[in-house]
Amino acid sequence: MSKNRELLSKIGLRQDGRRADELRRIRCKLGVFTEPDGSAYLEQGLTKVLAAVYGPHQVRGSRSKAQHDSAVVNCQFSMAVFSTGERKKRPRGDRKSTEISIHLRQALTAAIKVELYPWTQIDVYVEVLHADGGIYPACVNAATLALIDAGIPLKEYVCACTASLANNDVPLLDVSHQEEIIGGPTLTVAALPMSGKIVLMEMSQRFHVDHLQKVLDKALQGCKDIKSILDEAVKSHIQDVGSSTGWASTT
Amino acid sequence: MFTTKAFIKKNKVGNYLKHVREHYIRDDISCGLQECETCLPVESFLSPDHENKCSLFTSNHYLILDTNVVLDQMDILEESVIGNVIILHTVLNEVKHRSLPIYKRLCAVIENPSRHFYVFINDHHQGTYLQQNEGELINDYNDRCIRAACSWYINHAPKQKFVFLTDDSANRIKAQKEDIPSYTVSEYVQNLNTSGLTDKLSRKDFHGNDFTKDVFPNHLSNVELLTGIREGKLLQGTFRASRDNFLEGFVNVDSYEEPVIVQGRAGLNRSVDGDTVAVELLKEEEWVCPSEIILEDEGVGDESVDDVVTKENELQKATKKKSGAKPTGRVVGIIRRKWRQYCGILQGGIDGVYQMFVPADKSIPKIKIETRQAEFLRTQKLIVTIDSWPKHSRYPHGHFVRALGNIGDQTTENEVILLEHDVPHSQFSEEVLNCLPKMPWIITDDDVKKRVDLRHLDICSVDPPGCTDIDDALHCRPLADGKLEVGVHIADVSHFIRPGTPLDREAASRATTVYLVNNRIDMVPALLSSNLCSLRGGEERFAFSCIWEMDQNANILSTRFHKSIIKSRKAMTYEEAQLIIDDKTKQDALAEALRSLNKLAKIMKQRRLVNGALVLASPEVKIQMDSETMEPLDVEVKKLFETNSMIEEFMLQANISVAEKILEEFPDCAMLRRHPVPPATNFDPLVKAGRHLGFEIRVDSGKNLAKSLDEAVNTKNPYLNTMFRILATRCMLQAVYFVSGTYQKEEYFHYGLAVPLYTHFTSPIRRYADIIVHRLLAVICGADSTYPDLLDKNKTTELCQNLNYRNRMAQYAGRASIAFNTHGNYKMRKVTCCMSVKTPCKFLYHDMAWNVPYLWPKKAKRPIFLNTMKRTRHKKPEVWLFTLLTPL
Repeated sequence: MSKNRELLSKIGLRQDGRRADELRRIRCKLGVFTEPDGSAYLEQGLTKVLAAVYGPHQVRGSRSKAQHDSAVVNCQFSMAVFSTGERKKRPRGDRKSTEISIHLRQALTAAIKVELYPWTQIDVYVEVLHADGGIYPACVNAATLALIDAGIPLKEYVCACTASLANNDVPLLDVSHQEEIIGGPTLTVAALPMSGKIVLMEMSQRFHVDHLQKVLDKALQGCKDIKSILDEAVKSHIQDVGSSTGWASTT
Repeated sequence: MFTTKAFIKKNKVGNYLKHVREHYIRDDISCGLQECETCLPVESFLSPDHENKCSLFTSNHYLILDTNVVLDQMDILEESVIGNVIILHTVLNEVKHRSLPIYKRLCAVIENPSRHFYVFINDHHQGTYLQQNEGELINDYNDRCIRAACSWYINHAPKQKFVFLTDDSANRIKAQKEDIPSYTVSEYVQNLNTSGLTDKLSRKDFHGNDFTKDVFPNHLSNVELLTGIREGKLLQGTFRASRDNFLEGFVNVDSYEEPVIVQGRAGLNRSVDGDTVAVELLKEEEWVCPSEIILEDEGVGDESVDDVVTKENELQKATKKKSGAKPTGRVVGIIRRKWRQYCGILQGGIDGVYQMFVPADKSIPKIKIETRQAEFLRTQKLIVTIDSWPKHSRYPHGHFVRALGNIGDQTTENEVILLEHDVPHSQFSEEVLNCLPKMPWIITDDDVKKRVDLRHLDICSVDPPGCTDIDDALHCRPLADGKLEVGVHIADVSHFIRPGTPLDREAASRATTVYLVNNRIDMVPALLSSNLCSLRGGEERFAFSCIWEMDQNANILSTRFHKSIIKSRKAMTYEEAQLIIDDKTKQDALAEALRSLNKLAKIMKQRRLVNGALVLASPEVKIQMDSETMEPLDVEVKKLFETNSMIEEFMLQANISVAEKILEEFPDCAMLRRHPVPPATNFDPLVKAGRHLGFEIRVDSGKNLAKSLDEAVNTKNPYLNTMFRILATRCMLQAVYFVSGTYQKEEYFHYGLAVPLYTHFTSPIRRYADIIVHRLLAVICGADSTYPDLLDKNKTTELCQNLNYRNRMAQYAGRASIAFNTHGNYKMRKVTCCMSVKTPCKFLYHDMAWNVPYLWPKKAKRPIFLNTMKRTRHKKPEVWLFTLLTPL
């Protein structure tokens, strides 16, 4: 089946009608919950993710984890039982979610100004409601928004994006689940798009080093595009919040 | 804009899953019309200059096709009179889903700028996207989408005319209601001002009147077939028609060791060679044994079946024996047709528009076609394709595709062979030729720096006479302390063919040079194959060298590989080299080298045979051609010299050494060659024949087989041993290329050569696999760098599949060419053979696998090979006299 399907048709459209360098539709909302200190909901295509941030607060559990010069970032990733086509019980702490949790922490620690909050802990909970490819990038993007909503100082946005390679030649941006199945190597990049620093990079398959640069460039471009979308959302959210409290009218 | 598609699908385990997919609707898709000002300009081959000349319309128009038109009438679409066609994305997807070969042909047409085709992506266009209604069938939905796209075009460009072609009457009526001008293809084509096109129309609508009697039983419906197979009542298999008996065939069923016999009209039930069919087994008492009679279809095109009935009775009598009955069944339905295009001729002596087409391939039935140019076509070889085979018709219905040329012309016959074996044989395109180095080609200092200079060595090449693509050369020189340095130098083709260039792609697709009796279809353009790469005598050439240090007992002490520059002293034939070796008076360096090589080769061969390598006979036939007319004159079996086996030994050794090296460095992407161990049942005929003649042939291992073949000698009949070896060849499986990462280590084994590792390195001019091996080896030597596809296991596997397919086809094409020319040699003169004194013999056989023409007189127990006979011409010109050299 995968043989008859091509990632990118001769006419230049992908299976779902996007062009090679187009992101999926991103919709997001900040402050979706009242209980946590910050929360966000993000849709990237059909991938839907909720993120909640608690903290900074006192280190819970064993006190020995606390660090004298920075905050501890604790991430927990989970997928809802109904998030994939097949209903499956997903115990917390299985290999896949532990791995994604660790990767999340790595990306977020790079963006948060952890040195401002010694002896504290910041909890980030991410739940996938619907998985349709590119789970990790969606989680990172949602977590960024949730951190902003929580008012935690960041160096800058941290955004993630995937890229793949079609027909061994053309880089594809933001890979969907269907495209992941068809095949092709997927490169996941989390970056600080304004300074251009890469904080995490992962590959699902090997591909030739000649292709790496163009795929990476494409993924970084994707991160920048996502950043501007998130930025827009943050601005409008602040405007909403501001106008409801009344200080927007002063401008 | 954004929408989702949701559908429910069953997964492998049997659970029903809901899939949701995104579907983006765009506003930037262009209509492709040059005149259009509202759409974004886009590359489109649609052109207002092209004119579709159809008398139904007064003005020029664009065509929009329905899926069924593309699927059934591809031969018409490939005609250049039809242009300015808009292919909707819905149609393209549906075609791809239904038939990949048609899809590929359609893509080829779309990509040709002179055909003016354009693909309109209607399913992502905001104006033409439709949502599938609840409960709407996918076909109805697609039809609705197609009509919506037509209407959109009509509204979008009111100045232009659009015509919708469909053979689906329901869709046409609906379209006409929506004011879309729509016609059937035959209406349209009949009104085109081009003659001869109507012959190419595919016809599905042969409806005899209701009184016509059914000639065949009904096929079961798809659902019945599937349930039957699942419940085990029916068997699924590939149908193979008998070449000698048109009323018999076999179905190879996976779960059965022996093929199931199907006989008679009702048994075959319209299956054509290659189809996947469902068979129902008969009761055991109705089983028959395979027939040994030859039956030819002598029908002349009418629908009467009386002659078939007599033949069926004859067949029944011949096969109804109690002993030796085999599983027998009858075909109850066709699961998948494997119809293709067939080469052949028209049967003579029939008037009218309905003509009988006789395919060259004997396993294909005659095909009924409709044509108005029968007179002309009777002189031509043609290509015809099957459209349908209704149950009331004795023959399948087809249509004429194109004529190849006059019957009997050497060029036409070659064309037939090439087409039948799917050999790409068009001229090299401009793009490919541009990749060639510019002449005059000179070796620069830069080249010298990168390579080892071996111009001072006494290198020579030994090849068959008349060989212009010399890809290997050898040298041998004594070293200190009695050791020898032996070098094999292979043409450095990968220096000229760079990866990813059009030249490289073309060579990869051709995969191999194809040798026909009087023609050679090159894999790479002649400038490379016969000049720059060919290691000609006295010229400086680039080579890839494999150099061993050996002791006097031919043990390899060390191996090294590097790119080099060589200058061959002499390009010799096998015979010349043999003469030099035998001529004791010659004492120069070259003669000495040849003698040492010959000595080493003998030791190496002996060692190989002890290890269990097989020597299988396939006497190659050489055909002498008249140099002017290219008519075959005489057939002779190629003579073999000691030097033949000398060259072979060193080439084998070079291949083995290279295989070891590349596997070591590229454990999961080296291109190797394996020869699988044949399953024991394959040897049955050989063992049986051996037992019959009083020899025990042991087949449990290659070594034992080789040994028992050696022992099976009858002093009275020297050809017996050769026949055994020929028979053994037929039991073998094909050797294939593969990528090292895709098999287990034990499976790398090469059975025929009895070596654990093997590859092809020594003939890069005529085999593409060697080029890949050269590139791998060049990376190891540091002479070149890798590129993505070289290291991609999946890509290389795909490539291997193509190489294996093309190699097999090239082999068959070569044999077919020899068969045609040997056949032609005798057949054209209407041979009546007279055996020894007065044994008349009508049959001249040429078995492709045996590669030798032979006679089998009715009374003789075994065939007589032509090389055991002396042939003289009788005083009547059409009669040949054969005198046997060995007694019957």
